[in-house]
Amino acid sequence: MTIKVRYFASLREKMGRIDDTLVYENIATVADVWRAVSSGRPIPDHLLCAVNMEYADAQAEVKDGDEVAFFPPVTGGAR
Amino acid sequence: MTVILCQSSFSPYAELEAYQQLMADDVKRYGATTIFVGTMRDLNLGDEVTHMNLEHYPGMTERQLGQIVSEAQARWDLLDALVIHRVGEITPGESIVLVAVWTLHRGAAFEACRHIIEALKHTAPFWKKETIKDGERWVESNTEG
Repeated sequence: MTIKVRYFASLREKMGRIDDTLVYENIATVADVWRAVSSGRPIPDHLLCAVNMEYADAQAEVKDGDEVAFFPPVTGGAR
Repeated sequence: MTVILCQSSFSPYAELEAYQQLMADDVKRYGATTIFVGTMRDLNLGDEVTHMNLEHYPGMTERQLGQIVSEAQARWDLLDALVIHRVGEITPGESIVLVAVWTLHRGAAFEACRHIIEALKHTAPFWKKETIKDGERWVESNTEG
């Protein structure tokens, strides 16, 4: 299966790239995707995830052709 | 209902004027309009900010804003709503966001406008990177109201 993985803002800078394309057989969830792109680490608590441009949690399922995104908290500024 | 992401400087008041003129007759039944305009400040966290870059997630940002506006429309019976948000390089004094809401009566207009801007701030994928005297920094926390 093929998964497009995208990174934004400070995470993009830390990763040193804007995206990855994963071609794997053993990916079932968002957490699996993160492990595949981060040398097996768990998803940091503060990171947000989206699958096909909808917010998703670490246990959300992914399937062939999905776009998975990881990014830091969104910024709104003072009310 | 209209959501626009804007790459360059815009005048919220000119946009409002133009938008209202194009409204259909059934929308023009409105009795109340509320608007919120967010403007970039030249000071944040005690530092002078010369400009900022507003990054977004093309596709998801528009979708998230659209969902926020649709939910508000259903909840408050909005006749119309307009959201314009800047992305890219912004300098102090420029408008960052416009939220405008048209309803029959003022109560719903105030509530819906407040709801839309708060939901936008908390869930729409935008990330600010400020340029200050000593360099650049990401602004990654949502401050209190």
